Amino acid sequence: MPYNPALVAPMRQEMTSMGARELTTAADVDAVLGDQRGTTLVFVNSVCGCAAGNARPALRLALQHGVKPQEIVTVFAGQDLDATSRARQYFAEYQPSSPSIALLKDGEVVHFVHRHQIEGRSPQAIAADLTAAFDRHFGAAARAEPA
Amino acid sequence: MTGHVFHPGHQELHGVTVVLETHGLITYVGRFDSQDDRGVHLHDVGVHDAGTADASKEEFLRRCDRFGIRPEHRHLLVPARDVARIHRLTEAVR
Repeated sequence: MPYNPALVAPMRQEMTSMGARELTTAADVDAVLGDQRGTTLVFVNSVCGCAAGNARPALRLALQHGVKPQEIVTVFAGQDLDATSRARQYFAEYQPSSPSIALLKDGEVVHFVHRHQIEGRSPQAIAADLTAAFDRHFGAAARAEPA
Repeated sequence: MTGHVFHPGHQELHGVTVVLETHGLITYVGRFDSQDDRGVHLHDVGVHDAGTADASKEEFLRRCDRFGIRPEHRHLLVPARDVARIHRLTEAVR
């Protein structure tokens, strides 16, 4: 059962304040991921204060990096159920967990961060992994690879 | 054990994805809830049975790390007498 909307409002606001677009319906998700081009980060938000409470600041730090995804979107697990379920269909190879982070490039998942890779780690450590993934998959070297 | 508490007010590993090795052929991977006299309570638990599985335990853990855990049990109590070792999944695949 979803939590009280007032309780999760600050968690939503934390995401939108860093430029993430909230996808709250399956149609929203399809509109972004259905024919995804370029680079997109999908953040599966969560009420878990300890895991998501570190993942959101980690993403904020990572987005200060020179190389980053063109689009940042977020769905909220346990809150926007249809949107989250639909988003997970786009990375169905990966078991659901929240919080989690998917990096997509031209419709393909190129990197996935599971909840277990977030648990107990500092925002700085998580951000370092994310920026390394940004460089690897979205950086100049990745862009120079032949199609 | 590091002494760091991931979820204040709970045991050190509460909320953390762990590998629970038993004295037998079974290895569990799941989110640690708590440990008491009865044993270890886990959530969303994947299971590797070295007696029947095609993949080795190491490969099973690598796949859990990369693709996530495919849960066979939403909640599981592993009896205390069966528990040999508990450690974080991220440490197990280093």
